[in-house]
Amino acid sequence: MDLYKYTASELSRMLIKKETSAKEIAESCFKRTDEVEKDVEAYITLNREEALKQAEKADERIKNGSASSPLDGIPLAVKDNMCTEGIKTTCASKILYNFIPPYDATVVKKIKDAGMVITGKANCDEFAMGSSTETSYYKKTKNPHDITRVPGGSSGGSAASVAAGEVPLSVGSDTGGSIRQPSSHCGVVGLKPTYGSVSRYGLIAFASSLDQIGPFSRSIEDAAMLADVIYGHDPLDSTSAPDARIGAGNFAKRLNPDVKGLKIGLPKEYFGLGVSDEVKSAVMNAVSIYEKLGAKVFEISLKLVKYALPVYYIISSAEASSNLARFDGVKYGYRSSDYDGLVDLYVKSRSEGFGKEVQRRVMLGTYVLSSGYYDAYYNKGRLAQRAIKQEFSDAFSDCDLILTPVTPNTAFRFGEKSGDPVQMYVEDICTVSVNIAGIPAIAMPCGKGEGELPVGVQLIGKHFDEQTILNAGLALEKELDLKNWVADVRKA
Amino acid sequence: MKYEPVIGLEVHAELKTKSKIFCSCSASFGGDINTHVCPVCSGMPGSLPVLNKKVVEYAVRMGLATNCDISAVSVMARKNYFYPDLPKAYQISQFDKPLCQNGRVDFEVDGEPKSVRLTRIHIEEDAGKLLHEASADESLIDFNRCGVPLIEMVTEPDIRSSAEAKAFLEHIKTTLSYLDICDCKMEEGSIRCDVNVSVRPEGSREFGTRVEMKNINTFSGAVRAIDYEVSRQTELLFEGGTVEQETRRWDDIKLENYTMRTKEDAQDYRYFPDPDLLPIEVTDEWVESIRESLPELPLSKLRRYIGDYGIPEKDARLIAENKSRADFLDKCEKLGADAKTVTNWLLGDIAKLQNDSGKELEESGLTPAGLCALLELIGSGKISGTAGKKVLGVIFDEGGDPLKIIEKLGLYQMSGQDEIKSIIEAVIKENEKSVADYKKGKQTAFGYLIGQCMKASKGKANPQVVNKLLKEILD
Repeated sequence: MDLYKYTASELSRMLIKKETSAKEIAESCFKRTDEVEKDVEAYITLNREEALKQAEKADERIKNGSASSPLDGIPLAVKDNMCTEGIKTTCASKILYNFIPPYDATVVKKIKDAGMVITGKANCDEFAMGSSTETSYYKKTKNPHDITRVPGGSSGGSAASVAAGEVPLSVGSDTGGSIRQPSSHCGVVGLKPTYGSVSRYGLIAFASSLDQIGPFSRSIEDAAMLADVIYGHDPLDSTSAPDARIGAGNFAKRLNPDVKGLKIGLPKEYFGLGVSDEVKSAVMNAVSIYEKLGAKVFEISLKLVKYALPVYYIISSAEASSNLARFDGVKYGYRSSDYDGLVDLYVKSRSEGFGKEVQRRVMLGTYVLSSGYYDAYYNKGRLAQRAIKQEFSDAFSDCDLILTPVTPNTAFRFGEKSGDPVQMYVEDICTVSVNIAGIPAIAMPCGKGEGELPVGVQLIGKHFDEQTILNAGLALEKELDLKNWVADVRKA
Repeated sequence: MKYEPVIGLEVHAELKTKSKIFCSCSASFGGDINTHVCPVCSGMPGSLPVLNKKVVEYAVRMGLATNCDISAVSVMARKNYFYPDLPKAYQISQFDKPLCQNGRVDFEVDGEPKSVRLTRIHIEEDAGKLLHEASADESLIDFNRCGVPLIEMVTEPDIRSSAEAKAFLEHIKTTLSYLDICDCKMEEGSIRCDVNVSVRPEGSREFGTRVEMKNINTFSGAVRAIDYEVSRQTELLFEGGTVEQETRRWDDIKLENYTMRTKEDAQDYRYFPDPDLLPIEVTDEWVESIRESLPELPLSKLRRYIGDYGIPEKDARLIAENKSRADFLDKCEKLGADAKTVTNWLLGDIAKLQNDSGKELEESGLTPAGLCALLELIGSGKISGTAGKKVLGVIFDEGGDPLKIIEKLGLYQMSGQDEIKSIIEAVIKENEKSVADYKKGKQTAFGYLIGQCMKASKGKANPQVVNKLLKEILD
């Protein structure tokens, strides 16, 4: 079998047994990329030469018995909003078309320290703003399960590269669902960590109080292994939690599929948010599996979910308007070729450098922070955020995890929602509240809808309780035949 | 009708922490262009700030020295605006939850006590510097100063004249230097201030329309700017005009100001809490430990010097305003020296040596112990006052033990009675006429004889002893 079809944990075991080499794995992945990338377009930048060099170095370490980590020599794609020293980092925006960071993001450094091989920079929505990867300035990534459909977003390239078998693992970022929604649409596993678990240093900020980097994989074990690499306190990120709380480094070791007695809450409101029948039936199938395995599933109520979306768009846009102000054409990135004076330089560079969706959010965010509107929007948004947090924490006094759909529908076609921003925003309706509350959640495949399109389920955990949702994910994965689902890359 | 000025100040002081407020780059002044720079302070995408705790500690020192309430929880906020010297396009500052609030600064204006309320002290980062090449049509940016920590002190409109403003600023400067938290080098811009000025009919309780003035770089410049603006507003009102609320830029060369921004184009900074930084928590224990570490402040020293030591007020002030002098005096006093004598030396010969050499006290070889030893030698008559000054000069330049210097230069004073007696007897023999004159009652002859004795001893005889013995012998 081709090496690209294996999961990272399988490859890791093969490397230890010397059944293959990191170089062979990387070559197989790049060969797969050569075959499918013209249809998938998951990458903005390929890092082939350097990756093969790194793979050879990994082989040296493995040969000498000094592997840096269980994932030493395993290839991985990095979303193009994380700084990689010496590799162009664009945020899928024209405004950073030529930006080569002088430093590595902490997560990238951890990945390198673990000996992993960075295959390239994955496409995404511009500055991670979007739910279809259509707002990228560079290319439209396709859903490998049906290339006439979007992969979801914003981490569409990270999800599609893993689903298409171009790479066994990738990292993306999740601000309102940007890991989980594309995971669901592409039939892979995506983990959005507890806020503060993974360093944001070097992640080009969209909404600082909501952004978290997390893994994509084709199995729960792989997600746990990659989490073990990237989790951990970082003194360079003031919002990073202490290691004692994060509990990093042992997720894979502690995986346990026993869900007997696990209390699972089903918030009734999430099943009413325009969720389609095919999604509902796949998700309810997952519920019945948990019941069969001895978990206690019961209905709960999260009434404030209806406020999560507006709260999210107020807070995330407010922060984005400030975070993206530094892209002004002065220091790096795109500068308009024709301007008259300083203000004109700003206006033209930003108007020409940012796409429409980014401009929309910057304007929205600027508006909600303006004097006279601050209290009515931003402050109220923060108050509502506190209430939503409290509601989740109350709900978790009765249950160990909360189970919901990830998206109301399976992957949609290109252009289907890009004309109507509000319709696109509703894509995040099941995922945003998790970011608002700062808690962890996994999206994983739980069934197939019409046209064999993946349907995902979301398992939401308590603060810093990733282990419970990973364990529950493993239990479900074992009962379904959707582990390591490599898409054929086709038109449905 | 007479108009009264109403003045409020916003004073920025750069804190002299080793590293910048949010990264580990050096915060020191100067350095080659763009060498004190990293991804954080140059606003690279993805970089994040981490607050330097020393900055909080320094600001709390100033807060305690100015009687502020120290906030148990304060918040860093982003002040959003575009300018090329601000690489993130927002300044991390504080807004509605500053570190220190409700302070009071007590100082003196021409000997009269004055109190000015401090609205707040907050911490923030400095911006970079634009380098305008006169010939080129582009400007360059030096980011070295980006992220250098600042405190901003904002007063209530309690100041009523430019003289009060100047005294306030001098007091703030002295306090900063006492607390050892600011270099106080005006030429390097380590203290800067904005001035808010309005006028109102004397006796009125209402405030007039306020004008903010920027670009004031020296304290004397502040005086000129305030005086100019007060008369501008007064004249305007006399002529029946109205004062517009605006920001004006002071030009200290042309000695006039002009409109920078009117109320209409006032910027909306869209402050909001910086999501990259957690709220700053300052525990009571921390505040107390900072309070315990505070040095005695200038006003208290001044009162001690006048009240306890009886130093004349003018001299006491000259000592108290200068931290190194005051420290020097206090150390000498602890070593048992007379504070008044030390003051005279500090403001007399030592000040002259400092002026001539351009050296600060601590840069010289003089130590409190050295001065005390020297004063002891003079007081006990081992050396003369004149010789003492010579020794002081040597110590000031090179340091060293006064005893050894005296020996080396042969400056010991002759105080032995027998030795001096034999000199006197020889002089009397050789000057019979003068002796006879003295005995007839001619007082000048006595002075002449003393002079001859001193000459015979090559200046080493203790003049008091000579005086006493000569009288005994002749009478």
